[in-house]
Amino acid sequence: MKETKAATGPIIQVKELVKQFGAFTAVDHITFEVQKGEIFGFLGANGAGKTTAIRMLCGLLEPTSGALQVAGYDGYHQREAIKRNIGYMSQKFSLYEDLTVYENFRLYGGIYDIPRKERIRKTDELLKKLHLEESRDKLVGGLPLGWKQKLAFSLALFHQPAVVFLDEPSGGVDPLTRRTFWDLIYEAAHHGITIFVTTHYMDEAEYCNRVAIMSEGKIVALDTPAALKAKYQTESMDGVFLKIARNKE
Amino acid sequence: MRTILYLLQKEFIQVFRNKAMLPIIFIMPLVQMLILVYAATMELKKVDLTVVDLDLSETTTRLTAKFEASSFFHLTRAQLSSSETDQMLLKGKSDLVVTFPQGFEKDLKRNNEATVQILVDAINGSAAELSNAYLQTVIGSFNQKIRAEMMGVPKFTPPQQVSVIPSYWYNPELNFKFYMAPGILVILVTIIGLFLSSLNLVREKEMGTIEQLNVTPIKKYHFIIGKMMPFLFIALLDLTFGLLVAKIFFGLPFRGNILTLYVFTSLYLFLVMSIGLFVSAISDTQQQVLFVSFFFLIVFIIMSGLFTPVESMPVWAQNLDKINPLYYLIRIIRNVVLKGSGLLDMTRELISITFYGLAMFSLAVWRYRKTV
Repeated sequence: MKETKAATGPIIQVKELVKQFGAFTAVDHITFEVQKGEIFGFLGANGAGKTTAIRMLCGLLEPTSGALQVAGYDGYHQREAIKRNIGYMSQKFSLYEDLTVYENFRLYGGIYDIPRKERIRKTDELLKKLHLEESRDKLVGGLPLGWKQKLAFSLALFHQPAVVFLDEPSGGVDPLTRRTFWDLIYEAAHHGITIFVTTHYMDEAEYCNRVAIMSEGKIVALDTPAALKAKYQTESMDGVFLKIARNKE
Repeated sequence: MRTILYLLQKEFIQVFRNKAMLPIIFIMPLVQMLILVYAATMELKKVDLTVVDLDLSETTTRLTAKFEASSFFHLTRAQLSSSETDQMLLKGKSDLVVTFPQGFEKDLKRNNEATVQILVDAINGSAAELSNAYLQTVIGSFNQKIRAEMMGVPKFTPPQQVSVIPSYWYNPELNFKFYMAPGILVILVTIIGLFLSSLNLVREKEMGTIEQLNVTPIKKYHFIIGKMMPFLFIALLDLTFGLLVAKIFFGLPFRGNILTLYVFTSLYLFLVMSIGLFVSAISDTQQQVLFVSFFFLIVFIIMSGLFTPVESMPVWAQNLDKINPLYYLIRIIRNVVLKGSGLLDMTRELISITFYGLAMFSLAVWRYRKTV
């Protein structure tokens, strides 16, 4: 792993980043840094530009302008190097539903060049931790949504990336499942993995170390949840979000 | 390099886990061999011939009997006016109408010549030409015979003439099925290569699974090769199965080397799948892929020389055919199966499809984007 390269500075550095689709500016000059081991939340209504931003950070989308570095690699010319050092879980569940749980792990383990023995050991460990040992040879398509999301998250971490990007990871599941999902996120952060997560659930924002609130492609607020609540004099992140939305009008 | 093995494993598992695949693999070649090969025939048999004999002489009766003796014609005798014969052709009741005018025999004996009228329904030009030619041959040989008789030339000094004795090589019985079967197998192999692989790739786009792959350091050409191999395997399996069916059901000879055929077909599939994957690299939905592939497939098939000889196309069309993959494989497969040609007998084709394939593969890999 090339963690050493980024060990000195912030793991994600974004400066004046812009993405335009024709005349439409989806991401409008955003600037922020994420430190190693941080849980960084990206908040905003649907269409605020969160997914576009995360896709640029993952190397899935080329920026229009601005500077972008992830794990020490440049977002224009070193996208493949970035990809080696990150994990990604998309909004839409995107493991292979016609492969078994085990086969999905085998495939991605192979793609990231994890040695066979290590892969098998880690797969067994993970399945045990997730209480999914019995589903090892079941097709992923038949599993409940909450399980699928845990699997997708574990798979995003499988190759021990420096940063993992989660694009609305817990959409469509009940609060209890969401809570257990966040336990997994905490655990990963505890092991030094940087978490970058987008969400529009304000309760999830409370779990983050710092949050950036996006609106119409711009970052309109960036701080710890506590500082934001103090600044806007409200009890919850919900309140912060509503006040910011009102101020805009 | 190991990455590609994991990708291949994934693709093979997915393809064969699909329940629709087995019927596709075995039913398609059966249908093609047992229905299309019989249906797509240009052999002329039972051409409807109407003889209008207004002379009713000995000569005309003898000539009519000659027509009747041929399996080529299905003969009806009728006494019709010229407007009635027109109707026969117009309504499609007859393909050919031969009219002996009154006084045919008399003219022949008195003037040494007589005319006979032949009307041909020429909507299908090549069939018309063929049946007319056949008719002329029958009349021609009758002509010689009758001349000999009338001139009283003794039998032992036959009139001098050049006679042509054709010797048909490679398909001596002129069996049309032998000609069509290998060509039709090319279509089968093409459909598998062009459609299954490209639909498979674009389906990953539709499902969103491709995004998860694109965010990994996977190599683009690894991914593209992974999409090709299962279908290369299926296509070669189907080719073998189709040839076996053809051998069992209508005794298609196989004079060449099966390995030669595999080499050519694999190179061809590499080309065709590259084209298909290029199309899916620039498309977002299965619908788009199907539409574009269908368009090209139909143009390719019609220009391929499967049904009509390429040599009779205009020169510009023949030149255009150089970018038609089917044109190459149909020539190749007929030569390998019927003539027993080897790799070295078709080096030009070998070089063409190899370089064409490499070019299209590069294009597909280049155009496949790991960005959204």
